[in-house]
Amino acid sequence: MNPAFRPQAAPASCAPPILDIRNLKVRLPGGGDRRYAVDDVSFTVHAREIVCIVGESGSGKSVTSSAVMGLLPKGTLTLESGQILLAGRDITHAGRDALQKLRGNRMAMIFQEPMTALNPLMRVGDQIAEVFEFHAKDLGREEVASRVLALLSDVRLPHPEKLRHAYPHQLSGGQRQRVMIAMALAMEPGLIIADEPTTALDVTSQAQVLRLLNELRGRHDNGVLFITHDFDVVAEIADRVVVMQAGRIVEQGQAADVLENPRHPYTQRLLAARPRGDFRAKALDPAGAPALEVRDLALRFETRSLFRSRRRSVDALGGVSLQLARGETLGIVGESGSGKTTLGRCLARFAVPTAGEMLIDGQPVGRLSGQEARAYRKRVQMVFQDPFRSFNPRRKIGRTLAEGPMNFGADARQVHARMAEMLELVSMDRSALERYPHEFSGGQRQRLSIARALMMEPEILIADEAVSALDVSVQAQILDLLESVRDRLGVSILFITHDLRVAARLCHRIAVMQRGKVVEIGTARDVFLQPSSDYTRELIASIPGHAPARDGAKKAFFQSGSGAAGDAGEVRPAR
Amino acid sequence: MPPSSPATLLPAARPPSRLRQAIAAVIHDPVMLGSLLLLVLLVALTAGAPWLTAHDPAALAPRARLQPSSDTYWLGTDSLGRDLLSRVLYGGRLSITLAALVSAIAIVAGLCIGLAAGYVRRLDAPIMRLMDGIMAIPGLLLAVAMVALGGANIATMVIAISIPEIPRVARLARSVVLSVREEPYVEASVGSGTPALKVLWRHILPSTINPLVVQATFICAAAILTEAVLGFLGLGFPPEIPSLGSIIAEGRPFFQRAPWIVLYPGVFLALLILAVNMFGDALRDRLDPRLSRKTKG
Repeated sequence: MNPAFRPQAAPASCAPPILDIRNLKVRLPGGGDRRYAVDDVSFTVHAREIVCIVGESGSGKSVTSSAVMGLLPKGTLTLESGQILLAGRDITHAGRDALQKLRGNRMAMIFQEPMTALNPLMRVGDQIAEVFEFHAKDLGREEVASRVLALLSDVRLPHPEKLRHAYPHQLSGGQRQRVMIAMALAMEPGLIIADEPTTALDVTSQAQVLRLLNELRGRHDNGVLFITHDFDVVAEIADRVVVMQAGRIVEQGQAADVLENPRHPYTQRLLAARPRGDFRAKALDPAGAPALEVRDLALRFETRSLFRSRRRSVDALGGVSLQLARGETLGIVGESGSGKTTLGRCLARFAVPTAGEMLIDGQPVGRLSGQEARAYRKRVQMVFQDPFRSFNPRRKIGRTLAEGPMNFGADARQVHARMAEMLELVSMDRSALERYPHEFSGGQRQRLSIARALMMEPEILIADEAVSALDVSVQAQILDLLESVRDRLGVSILFITHDLRVAARLCHRIAVMQRGKVVEIGTARDVFLQPSSDYTRELIASIPGHAPARDGAKKAFFQSGSGAAGDAGEVRPAR
Repeated sequence: MPPSSPATLLPAARPPSRLRQAIAAVIHDPVMLGSLLLLVLLVALTAGAPWLTAHDPAALAPRARLQPSSDTYWLGTDSLGRDLLSRVLYGGRLSITLAALVSAIAIVAGLCIGLAAGYVRRLDAPIMRLMDGIMAIPGLLLAVAMVALGGANIATMVIAISIPEIPRVARLARSVVLSVREEPYVEASVGSGTPALKVLWRHILPSTINPLVVQATFICAAAILTEAVLGFLGLGFPPEIPSLGSIIAEGRPFFQRAPWIVLYPGVFLALLILAVNMFGDALRDRLDPRLSRKTKG
């Protein structure tokens, strides 16, 4: 534990780093596949510096931050050895009271889900004021109120005077996250730990929050330890990067160096797995009737009330028209609340549209009844987002896969042959049939989920955020799988996602949705390279790691892929 | 985490069988073990009543009135000279049989109603308003009225005590159905054309079992108590059928001279309800992940 031998990536300055972690080891409870959640981790965070810890799930990045905050769950994770120094002071074995004084005061944390991190029954202004009540008791009420206001305007919230009386549910996700940041900044802590603070946010709010964090550290002199799984976010804000894998640091250094010249094979693999707008899907010739056609589809939710004037309505879908060609992958992108999931649910007949028509093979779906409606189920299948909840935990995979075909009276031998075939297609072993869902990882379950959908020999596959819950490398594998399924079986795929990078990689055509309407539809290349609507331009500009970099070293996001090269420069929107 | 090739599976540790897990859980939980042992003992005593007792519970022996415990009458006799041990054990047998029947009926009926209300949205409001109505009737009052109308036989008693329990079970089952029906695996099953009844049976019903088993224990305890109260009030079974409540009621005038007539059935009743309730609590801690303090391995 000799500090002299630690790699010093820090800029030359005589002040001690804000955070100095030395040879940290956090022990896992026995019986797991590895002994340490965090194994011999050392790095530093300096004032006004943003250090990103990147890694996939299980890499120990969140455990590291919990250890710093003294929030390791008692009894399961134990800090075995190593030192944590906060502004030169050893807090490794600080007691509960000492830590409580430090939290909020000298270090503060921002969480992934701002809705659950804020008290839903308390006005946001009061929640910020509470920080002062604990850490600065001598402040008067007037003083606290003015500081709260200053903080709210500091994090660029509109109308702070009004907004501080709002409850968390009245704010948008991005606004809530900014309230969290204001709370974190309240006592001007030297260190802010942000654990995936933008993962739950829409891409435009994400861009705003990242910009804000970047800008605030200059004004408040705080260091930021930023935990993320997304290398594009790293590219956007990091000064230095720490790459973790299975509890160990595999690589650390200046952000530009690591991103441009990754030395460790794991970093290289993660960087290569990032979805890139390389437009792999070649445009299809639109011969033949569309597999699916949607005309002016609308879904309006109405609150019920005795009085007409008190009834409120929301248009989840406000007249959507689309065509999905045979063998085509159509991406539906948009932010939360844009109606993209509602559209998918209408097409899968989980929701009933209030107006408009859906035609499959030219036949209207809405008027199908009884036997025909059941047959429709067979032709349209869905792949769900959450791989952990999309299988009945009590049933073996084989029974789940067989359920659909059996419902339509297939005989056992046929079903068995088909299961073997589908498992092979999704590169899973046949022994999976005899296992329970909990025995598989997220990526494996998503493969099985695709296999289940394909068991029905569907013509149309609706994938609702099918890769959003997965690590990048697994995400890349599932995207490859969807590509090969499409090419081998010729199914049409409606690919719903909030992630434009993923859509650009997989889809032939892309429809951009906003507030229940399609604002733009076209080939993937056209939508990204020559967006026609302002909203699309805004979305593309918000993709992290895509905006022109501070040091100019970062590459433009969308490469032109296999076509004509050199038009990548056009991507940048005029501001 | 090295990205494993997609074809490989996670290490396949086959979970131990459910029975073995259950046994391990019981052995490692002192409350569960203690209450279960007590319960088994009490049930065994009452089930073996014909062989354990020398006297007929209804046999009068006017010469041996109000006797304290002795070699002949282990727990003494009551005011008519009947053997208290046999009366307590036969009374307990009646209580336990009744409790088992009541909880079975309440659970099955409540489950069916709850499944229907939770899964068929159109039925939800009418069914649940009806349940609210039933819940508004005091249970004891209903039982008194039904016994007065139908006579004090076991069928009337079971139905009278079951009815107030049904809405509670229905509410519980409905709440489970409402949360499980939104799970993607249920939608996936619906999406592959599974008929509604099969979806209920395969994917939703199994999730309701755990909370309902716990609820069943509480219903047992409540039923035992209600029956005892009815017996005590003289509204229970006819006097020739011993019931814990009626034994206590009959012993009450002689409490000063022969306190054991009230004491022994009272202790038996208390132990029985304590055992059932503690077992139910321990079971709930075990089955409900939100309340369990132990993290699962």
